[in-house]
Amino acid sequence: MSKHHVSTVINGEPKEFLCEAQQTLLDCLRDEMGLTGSKEGCGSGDCGACSVICDGKVVCSCLMLGVEAEGRTIITVEGVAEGEKLHPVQQKFLEHAALQCGFCTPGFIVAAKALLDENKNPTEEETRYWLAGNLCRCTGYDKIIRAVLDAAAVMRGENPPSPAA
Amino acid sequence: MPRVSYTAPTTIDDAVKALAASAGLAKVLSGGTDLLVQLKSGRARPELIVDTKRIPGMIGIREEGDTFVIGGATPGVMISADERLVKAFPGIVEGVDLIGSTQIQGRASIAGNLCNASPAADSVPPVIAARGTAVVAGPNGRREVPVEAIVTGPGQTSLQKGEFVVEFRIPKPKPRQSDAYLRFIPRTEMDIAVVGCAVNVTLDASGTCTDARVVLGAVAPTQIICAEAAQALIGHKLDDETLQKLDSAARGSCRPISDKRGTIEYRIKIAGVLARRAAAIAFERAAARA
Repeated sequence: MSKHHVSTVINGEPKEFLCEAQQTLLDCLRDEMGLTGSKEGCGSGDCGACSVICDGKVVCSCLMLGVEAEGRTIITVEGVAEGEKLHPVQQKFLEHAALQCGFCTPGFIVAAKALLDENKNPTEEETRYWLAGNLCRCTGYDKIIRAVLDAAAVMRGENPPSPAA
Repeated sequence: MPRVSYTAPTTIDDAVKALAASAGLAKVLSGGTDLLVQLKSGRARPELIVDTKRIPGMIGIREEGDTFVIGGATPGVMISADERLVKAFPGIVEGVDLIGSTQIQGRASIAGNLCNASPAADSVPPVIAARGTAVVAGPNGRREVPVEAIVTGPGQTSLQKGEFVVEFRIPKPKPRQSDAYLRFIPRTEMDIAVVGCAVNVTLDASGTCTDARVVLGAVAPTQIICAEAAQALIGHKLDDETLQKLDSAARGSCRPISDKRGTIEYRIKIAGVLARRAAAIAFERAAARA
C-alpha cells in the first residue's frame, strides 16, 4: 500500500509529508515533521495535551488522521510565539508558575490562545468551561486560569499587576 | 492503529460506491471523535475509512422553505455559532454543545453522534423531539426517515451496507414552539449522560400546550419517545398537577441499567426531575416565541 502525500500549512509555512492512512495528525506532527511540542497524554481525546488549531478550531490532533490535514491550516504550540516574542498566554504562564511538569502545557497554551482569539473578555467560568478538555495532574488548575485571565487583560491593552513574588 | 485504507470522495455517489464495494468493513469518517477512539481500542476494525467531509453540503447549515437542513458532518462549533439554529432550536443546540470538550466540539457531528448509536448520545433526543428526519444515501438511492428510525440498539443502526446519513432536516418551529435539553452527568463536563431529556412543546396564546414531544436518552437501549409524558402536557398549562403527571410518565417509561454512573433507581428518579426542569424551560421559551 503506498503512502498518502499530504500538503498542508503548519504555523504559517507550507509543509508536505508522507503518511499511512492510520497515522493520526499527532503521529505525523511528532514523527514525520519533528514537531514534538504537541503531546500524547491519552490518545483518546480526553486530556487535550495534543491540542492544535485546525482551520481556526481547536481540536485534538490524536483524533484526526494525518491525511485529513490535506489543504488545511494547522497551528501547533510551536507557532504560538512570534519568533522570540512570547504570546501573552505563554508569558503569563511563566509569571504565574502555571506549570510544573509541563506535559499538559502545550495543549493548554493552544486551547487558551484559541479562547482569547475568539473571546477577548472571558469570565472565569467561561475560561474554566472552555479549558475543560485540558487535564492537568500537577497544578490544580488555579494558576493556569489566573494566567489565562491575566493574558486576556494584557491583550485588551490593560496593565494587570504582576502576581505576588 | 492497524492498517486501514482511506478515501475522501467528493460526491455522495462516490461515497456510496466506496462503502458498498468494500470487501471488508467500511466505516464513515465524519468528525472522527468516536471512530478514531474505536480504531485505537480495536472495537472497530474497518478495512476502509470513507471520509465524507469533502462532499459539498455535508458540512453546512441552510434553510429550505419551512425546513432547516444541517449537513451530517457539520461540527458542533458551527451549529452552536449559528444564530438561526440557536433561536429556532435552543434545545438541539444545547444537546450538541454538551458533547465532549471544546476540542471535541471542533469536529463532532450529529450524524456521527447518531450513527455511533450510544444510548446516551446528547444530540439525538432533541433532534427527535423536534421531529427531525435523516436523509440516507445508499445503493438504492436516497431515503428520508424519522431520526428515531436510525438507532436500533446500542452500537446498532438500521443503515444497510453502502448507506450513510447525508443530512438532517428539521421543520422550523411554529409560533410559540420551542425546546430544551438537559443532561445529568456525575462530573461537571466531559462525561456520558446518566439521563438526557429533551422536551419540545407548542403552546397557544393562553400558554396551553397544543403539541409536545418528550424524548429520554440513556435510560433504555435506544432513545425513548415518551408518549405518555407528551399526553400529560397536551391540553394543559405547566401547573403542579401537570408537572407531577409528567414526572410520573417519564419515570414510568424508563428501562435503564445500573452501571458505574448510576443505578436503575437513580436514573428513574432523575428522568422525572429532568423532565420537569426541561419542560419548564421549554414552556418559558415557547411562550416567548409569540
